[in-house]
Amino acid sequence: MPSTILWASDIWGKVYTLSTDGQQWELCKDGQLEFKRISAVQACCWGIASDHHIYIYVHASDLPIRYQEETYENQRWNPVDGFCERLLPSDRWQWSDVTGFNHQPLDSFTLPSPRWEWESDWYVDENIGGEPTEKGGWTYAIDFPATYLKDKKWNSCVRRRRWIRYRRYKSRNCWAKIPPHIDKDQLPDPFNDISVGGWEITDEPVGRLSVWTVSLQGKVWYRENVCHDNPEGSSWSEIETPSEVIQISCGPDDLLWAALWEGQAIVRKGISRNNPKGISWDVVEAPTPGEGIMHVSVGVHVVWAVTKERKVWFRRGINSHNPCGTSWIEMVGELAMISVGLNDQVWGIGYEDRGVYFRQGVTPSELSGKIWKAILVPRENDRSNSGSVSSINSAGCFFGEEVKGQTDSIIQSDVDSEAEQTQLQEFGPSVSDVKETGSQSAELPVDSHEEAASPSCDEVPTNSKMTRAPQWSSIDLVEARINALQPPDDANNLSVFETFPEGTEDSFGRDIYPLWTWVSGGSCLVDSHNSLKWFNLQAGLTTSMQSMSLSITPANTAMWRKQIFEQLSERTKRELDSFRHYEPAVDQSVWVKTGTLQWWRDWKPYKWIDVRVALEQVTANDGSKDSILFIYYTHYDEKKRTKQRWPVRLAATTEQRCMTGLLNRSCCEMRKVQGPPSHQAIWSTTCKGDYFGLLTDRYMWSDASGLQECTKTSMKPPSPQWSWVSDWYVDFNASGGTDRDGWQYAADFPSSYHGYKTIKDFVRRRRWARKCKIVTSGPWLEVPPIMLRDVSVFPGRITKDDEHIAVWAISNKGDVLCRLGVTKQTPSGSSWLHVGTDQPFISLSVGGCLQVWAIARDGSAFYRGSVSSSQPAGDCWYHIPSPPKQKLQQVSVGQTSVFAVDENGNLWFRHGVTPSYPQGSAWEHVSNNIRKVSIGPLDQIWVIADKVQGTHSLSCGTVCHRLGVQPMALKGQSWDYGIGGGWEHVTVRGNTGYQSVQSEPSSRTSMDASNDGKKKDPAPSTESEGPSGSAASS
Amino acid sequence: MTDDKDVLRDVWSGRIPTCFTLYQDELTEREAEPYYLLLPRVSYLTLVTDKVKKHFQKVMRTEDISEIWFEFEGIPLKWHYPIGLLFDLHASNTSLPWSITVHFKNFPFKDLLHCQSKDVIEAHFMSSVKEADALKHKSQVINEMQKKDHKQLWMGLQNDKFDQFWAINRKLMEYSPEEGGFRYIPFRIYQATSERPFVQKLFRPVANDGKPHTLDDLVKEVCPAAIPPEGGEKKYQVMIHGIEPLLETPLQWLSEHFSYPDNFLHIAIIPQPTD
Repeated sequence: MPSTILWASDIWGKVYTLSTDGQQWELCKDGQLEFKRISAVQACCWGIASDHHIYIYVHASDLPIRYQEETYENQRWNPVDGFCERLLPSDRWQWSDVTGFNHQPLDSFTLPSPRWEWESDWYVDENIGGEPTEKGGWTYAIDFPATYLKDKKWNSCVRRRRWIRYRRYKSRNCWAKIPPHIDKDQLPDPFNDISVGGWEITDEPVGRLSVWTVSLQGKVWYRENVCHDNPEGSSWSEIETPSEVIQISCGPDDLLWAALWEGQAIVRKGISRNNPKGISWDVVEAPTPGEGIMHVSVGVHVVWAVTKERKVWFRRGINSHNPCGTSWIEMVGELAMISVGLNDQVWGIGYEDRGVYFRQGVTPSELSGKIWKAILVPRENDRSNSGSVSSINSAGCFFGEEVKGQTDSIIQSDVDSEAEQTQLQEFGPSVSDVKETGSQSAELPVDSHEEAASPSCDEVPTNSKMTRAPQWSSIDLVEARINALQPPDDANNLSVFETFPEGTEDSFGRDIYPLWTWVSGGSCLVDSHNSLKWFNLQAGLTTSMQSMSLSITPANTAMWRKQIFEQLSERTKRELDSFRHYEPAVDQSVWVKTGTLQWWRDWKPYKWIDVRVALEQVTANDGSKDSILFIYYTHYDEKKRTKQRWPVRLAATTEQRCMTGLLNRSCCEMRKVQGPPSHQAIWSTTCKGDYFGLLTDRYMWSDASGLQECTKTSMKPPSPQWSWVSDWYVDFNASGGTDRDGWQYAADFPSSYHGYKTIKDFVRRRRWARKCKIVTSGPWLEVPPIMLRDVSVFPGRITKDDEHIAVWAISNKGDVLCRLGVTKQTPSGSSWLHVGTDQPFISLSVGGCLQVWAIARDGSAFYRGSVSSSQPAGDCWYHIPSPPKQKLQQVSVGQTSVFAVDENGNLWFRHGVTPSYPQGSAWEHVSNNIRKVSIGPLDQIWVIADKVQGTHSLSCGTVCHRLGVQPMALKGQSWDYGIGGGWEHVTVRGNTGYQSVQSEPSSRTSMDASNDGKKKDPAPSTESEGPSGSAASS
Repeated sequence: MTDDKDVLRDVWSGRIPTCFTLYQDELTEREAEPYYLLLPRVSYLTLVTDKVKKHFQKVMRTEDISEIWFEFEGIPLKWHYPIGLLFDLHASNTSLPWSITVHFKNFPFKDLLHCQSKDVIEAHFMSSVKEADALKHKSQVINEMQKKDHKQLWMGLQNDKFDQFWAINRKLMEYSPEEGGFRYIPFRIYQATSERPFVQKLFRPVANDGKPHTLDDLVKEVCPAAIPPEGGEKKYQVMIHGIEPLLETPLQWLSEHFSYPDNFLHIAIIPQPTD
C-alpha cells in the first residue's frame, strides 16, 4: 500500500506532515506561512493562515492540472466576399460560446488567478466528432443555429470553427492564497474554520470537493466549483444557519455537522449528488445540558465531538438514513480537538499535553475503536526529541484510573514490565469504560499524573533531556499567540476556542515537546493492514527499526534473509540431490480431504447448491502429485458423484477458505505450476463481482440479466482476500444513462433501458455497486500515486538489463502518460511524463518498433509519431478516423498488426500498416461479438468473445484464439474457441515465444499428459473459474 | 522473490540420507544388508524407522529381539530429539549418508528414554508443543484449540503432511502486531561437548529498548563462548536445520520459521571443523 500522510500544525502555526510509513514529522515543503486550521484531502490541503486568508496546497504530481478554454469563430457567406466575418445583425457574435449567445473574443479570456499559466497560444481544433476535417476546422450549416456538417454544400451559408487553449495550474507543493472576492460588499468576514470533504458524493466533475468554511461572525460559506481542474473553486456562497456556527466538519460522503455557539450541533440534511450543498439543518442537542459541544468531526459512518469540558463523545446510530444518529457515548480521554480521517479513523490533540493521539482499533465493526495512542515520533531537524518524546510519554498518562491499574501491575509482576510500559502511553480501553448519556454514576477520571509518570520515568533515557534549548524558544511567545490564534478585529471573544486556557503559558516555556493545535486525517489512510511505526519511543531513526518489520517488502530483503534462502537450497543440494533414489521414511499414500463448497449447477434449475466435496491426492513414485476432486450431489433425489472431467464453478465461504487454498495448490501441483509464471504465460482476469441491477419482476434484487437473484446481503467479495471498502451506493454510470436518482426505464423486462421516463415505460431499474479491494503481500507492487485506467508495456523481448522498456498508460482522468526509466533492473521506472492531448483518452497500446496507438473518448484512434528510445514520448498525435459510424474503445498493437474493438463489439484490423506509413490506410472488419482483444509480440490474436455457443447456453466472456495468422495474413482465418465463460480480460503480450529457462510446459500439455497417464475416474477440472480468482485482477 | 512460506516448506522437507547397519554383535540367522532411508529432519527416529526395524527383524530370531535403539559413533541417539538436531549435533561434518548402527540388545537406559509405542512419542511431542505455547502465549492458543486440532498437528507430523500440520500450527505462530513478537522465544541450545543436555531460558524476542533480539543476542546470553571474538577465529558453528543463519537474523523470525514441529528452536552449537 502506498504511503499517505497525516497533517498537523503546532502552536507556532508551523505545518508538519507524517507519512504512514514514516517515523518523523516533516515540515511542510512551503514552510513560510503560519496556519491555525488545516483540512487535508488526498489531492490537496486547505488551510486558514494567520492572516485569516484561505490557502490551498496542491501536491505536486507528474500529471499537470489543465483546463481547456474554448470559443467559436462564426462566419457567413455572401456573394462578394465568400465566407467572411461580416455577419447579419440578427446573427450571433463573430466570436461566441457554443450556444452563440455569449460574446467571447479570444482576448476576453484571462487567467482566473496568478496561479495559472497558459500552456500555448490559441489554436483551431480540427477534430470534429472523431473525424479530422483538414479544412481549417470549419463546419458548415444552412443557418445559425443548425446542424453543422463537416462538408461544405451548395446551401451552406454559415460556418464556424472551434478554437481551444489550455491553461495550467502552476502552484504545486506550495500554499496558494484563494483570491478574495472581487465584490467588496460580499466579502466574508475573516475565516475561522474550514473543512474539506465530499469527494464520495459524486465523481462528476472529476475530483469534486466540498469546501465549507465558517467566518468569525459565525456564518457558513460553501466554495463553488471546486474540482480537479479547478482546485481553487470559483466563488463563495453563504449557507443560512439557525444560529452562529463556531466550527464545521464535512465527511467524505454526505455527512456534514457543525457546532453552534450555544453548544448544540447542527446536521445538514439533503446533501446528494444533485445538491452537494444540502437543503436544511437539523439540530442535535449536546450530550449533557450544561456541557456544550465545542468541536465536531465526521467521517462516513461516524461523528465524534469534544465538549467545552474537553470530554470526548461518540455519536451512536449514524447511517445514511439517519445522519443525526441516536445517542451520545462518552469516551475516555480529554482532547482539545478531534479529526476523523479516511476509513473513519480518528486522531486528536490531547488537551493537557497537546500531543497528537491516534485512536487505535477503529474497524468497520467497532467504529469507536479501542484506545488512544500517543504518536511519538520526532520532528524533522528536531534533535532534542528523545527527551521531548519521553515527556509526552509521561505527560500523556493523565487519564487516571487505567493508568493507576497499570502501575499496580508493574509492581506485582516484573515479568510483564515491558508490555505494561508500552501501555502507559495509552489511555486504556474505552469500550469497557464508555458510559451512556445521563448515567451519573460513572466516576470522572482522576488526574494521577504524578503517580503514573514516575515508573515510566525510570525507563526514559534522561541524558538527552533538556540538553538543548528548543529551536523556537527565542520566538516571542505573546506575539506568536496573537499571530497564530487571534483575529485582529473585534471578535476576540469568539476566538476563545482555539486559544489555550489561561495559565498554560508556563507549560509552554517549561516543556520542550512539540505542542500541537490542529491535526487533519483527511488524507491519511490507515487500515488493519498498515503497521504504523508512530508509537515507539526511539532516539532518532535507528536501523533496528527497519528490521522490526518482519514482513517482506522490497526494502527488506536483508542479508540474513538472503543467506537463509541460499543456505537452504545448498542444504538440499548437499543432503538430498544425490540421494533422491533412497526410499522415503514416510510413505505418501492416498490422502483424502473432504469438505463442503457451493457448486454452480449448470443446468436447470441453474443455481448454487451446497455440495460435499472430496479431494483425493495421490503421490506417485517420482514424487509428483495428482489429485481428483469429487463432488457429491443429488439429481432427482438420486445421490450422484461427478465422474467426468468437466469445468465446474465452485464458491466458498470465508470458513471454507482452507478448501479453496487446497484446491488451488492441488491444481498447481498437478499441472506443475510453480515459481514465477512462465514467459509464455497468457494472463487473464475474470468479470466476477461487478454489478447487478434491480428488477421488480422475478426477483426484487437480481444481477444484470434479471435471472439470478442477488441481494445486497448475499453478495460476497470474490474471495476471502478481498474486503469491502465502501457501502452499497447507487451507480449512475450504467450504460444508457440514468435519471437523477439512478433509475433507468424500459417498457418491460428485459429490454433496453434509458435514463428518462416516457409514457411507454412501465418498469425501471437501477444499479447498485459496492467497492471491494484486495491486499496482497506480493508479488504485485503498487506504483503510486496516479490512478490508471489503462497501461501497456512494450511486448517485445528485452535482452539487455538496462535497455529502456516503453510503458504507456492512461490516467483515470484520461491523461496519456509515458513512464520513464523502466528497465529490466528497475521495472517500476522512475516517473511519469505527461503527453498532452486535446481530449481524454480511454485505451492505449505500445507495439513493436515503438508504435503507440490510442483511442480517444470520442471513439477515434490516434497514432503517436516519432516515438524512439531517444524521444520516448514521441512528438505529435496523428488522428486516425474510426470505422464509419463506430466508436472505438480498445486498441492492441502487436509486432506489426494493429487491432481495435468498437463499442458494438466489432473487431477491426488496421490495413496497410507499413514501416514507412505506420498509420495504415483503412479499418477492415474481422469479427463481431468481441469484448477485448490482445495482440502478442508475434502478432498472435487472442480475444474475449461473447455469445459463443457453449454446451448449455450461449457463454459470455470466452477466451478465443485466432487461427491461421501468418506474416502475410495477419488477420488470420478462424477462431479457436477456448476456455469457458466468465473472463473479462486476456493478455498474450508477455508471450514472446522464447522459452525461458525455468518455464514449465504449458498447462494444456501437462493436462493431457495426466489424462493419458491415469486410469482412474476423470476428475472435473477446477481451474476454469474458481471464485478465488487471481491476484492479477487487482 | 522467495516467500517466507517457502522457508517453512523447505524446513519441513529437509531429509537426511541414512544408512542403517546392524550392530556387529547382534545375532542373526543370515547376513543383514544395510538399509538406506531418507529421514525427515523434523521427525523422530522411532517414528520413522518401522521399515528399518522390519528389515532387520527378518534376519533375526524373535528371542534375540528386544527394544530397538540407535547409535552413531558410540553415541546412543536420543529418539526424543528431532532427527535434524541429532544429525547437526553429532554428525554434521561427516560424509553422507549418515551411518547409524542399529541395536536390539543392551538398551542404554541411562542415556535413552524407553519408547514402546508411538503414543509415547505423541505424548512427548504434544508436551513440547504445550510448553512452547506456554512460553509464547501463556498457553492461551493451545488451550483454545480442540482435541482434534492437537490430533491434526500430530497426524501431520506422523504422516509428513505439511499442509495438514501448518493449517493448525500457524495459529501457534500468531501474535498481535503491537507486541512485536511472542512473549518468550521457545528455544533449546545443545552442545555436544557440554555436560548439560541443553540450555533453556526465558528470552524475549524484543529488547527493553524496543530493538528486536537477534540470534546473536541469544547466543551471547546463553553461550557467549560460541561468539567469535572480534577479529578472532571462529571456533563454533551455530546450526539450525543444517544451516548457519547469520547471527543478525531476528530471533522472532527464526522462531516463526525455523522452529521444529514441536515449536521449539533447537540450536546446535558445535566445534568449527578444522579442515
